[in-house]
Amino acid sequence: MRAARSDLPLSLDDVSLIVGATTILDRVNLTIGPGAPTLILGPNGSGKTSLLRLCMGLASPSRGAVSWGGRTDGGPESRAILFQKPVMLRRSAAANVAYGLAQAGCPRGLRARRTEELLDRVGLLALALRPARRLSGGEQQRLALARALARQPEILLLDEPTASLDPAATRFVEEIVRAAAHSGTKIVMASHDLGQVRRLAGEVVFLVRGRVVEHASASDFLDRPSTPQAAAFVRGDLVL
Amino acid sequence: MSETVSAWQLIASGDATLFAIVRLSLAVSLTAVAIAMVVGLPLGAILALTRFPGRSAVVVILNGFMGLPPVVVGLTVYLLLSRSGPLGELGLLFTPTAMVIAQALLVLPIIAALTRQTVEDLWHEYREELTAMGVGPTGQVATLLWDSRFSLVTALLAGFGRAAAEVGTVMIVGGNIDGFTRTMTTAIALETSKGNLPLAMGLGLILIVLILLINATAWGVRAWSEQRAG
Repeated sequence: MRAARSDLPLSLDDVSLIVGATTILDRVNLTIGPGAPTLILGPNGSGKTSLLRLCMGLASPSRGAVSWGGRTDGGPESRAILFQKPVMLRRSAAANVAYGLAQAGCPRGLRARRTEELLDRVGLLALALRPARRLSGGEQQRLALARALARQPEILLLDEPTASLDPAATRFVEEIVRAAAHSGTKIVMASHDLGQVRRLAGEVVFLVRGRVVEHASASDFLDRPSTPQAAAFVRGDLVL
Repeated sequence: MSETVSAWQLIASGDATLFAIVRLSLAVSLTAVAIAMVVGLPLGAILALTRFPGRSAVVVILNGFMGLPPVVVGLTVYLLLSRSGPLGELGLLFTPTAMVIAQALLVLPIIAALTRQTVEDLWHEYREELTAMGVGPTGQVATLLWDSRFSLVTALLAGFGRAAAEVGTVMIVGGNIDGFTRTMTTAIALETSKGNLPLAMGLGLILIVLILLINATAWGVRAWSEQRAG
């Protein structure tokens, strides 16, 4: 259930993440407010996943601070994350969603109906009783979305949810994400797909080797990139 | 081969003594496994999820205790329950209850150690997802135990196999009293030493068939429910 206190804006204040001798994120300053989806764009290994984990509160920064609505101790009540390879509980599709509902504090009596609604929303109602781990990749991704949406998150973090999906499955997932954004959920999504930026993004955070190189509205980023790396990325050159 | 033939005749005749022994053996071993399960499953899961100084030593000891010699467990329980022992007041020595206690202690490390391994493997997979969902420690234990239920059946079967097959503890704490604490294994040992090979052989056959039956049932239930729940 949605917490009374807002988790937005989500702020990273001079955040670095250093593991061993590797600097994964380097002095990131970022404020994400409500509104259209924010896409975290960047090549593999640029720190997108680590950034999302920090935003979820699953990892702590080596330096700097992450805050949610001004609080640094925010529990995960009003946030949800969709991992690149979501874990399917060894239960039916419906039981996976019901589990998410139970964790979000949904009263027992409402769970069956809410589960049905959520499965319907992601187009999996017909597969409700199928073991979750027997679903296809795209279906698993949609089921994980339903389970994340069960939390009625204020912020939904997604880590390249369509990276291994075909165009049809990608469109299906993007439709669900767009609908969630329309109903007021703040979407923060990692991607390395420019097409996805055109289709979904309100604003873009462009990350290269752990640094925020550009933070701009999607149209500015696509039409008038202000850094050579962003320009190269938009042109379709390989940014390493 | 004549022993085998007489053994089958004995089984076919429905000998009352024989079946009383079989019934007691099953009751003792199944109860012991049930008790070890109630303690061992949560214990193994908690050990899988917690980190504390000396944890590695606990894990090594637990794994090592899977191979506890039954006679040593029997002797320990004997000392505890004997008239002059700390629990002597209870008067449990040479009763089926004492046999259940001893077998439960024998089986507990097997169930707890195998549960620890299974749950820890699953925890590596589930950790981030459960943390992100805000699942508390109790919920984590329950979720991991439930989601590894199919693998845990094997741990329970290993425990049952151990309990049903051992002689050492039930002989020492039960005393092999005819009609009261005589189990299949102690009867086999006794009848063999008396030279009554048909009865020993018959009991041996029944024991093997029962263990196979219980394993086959568990296998079937597991396959069926895995088909339905993944």
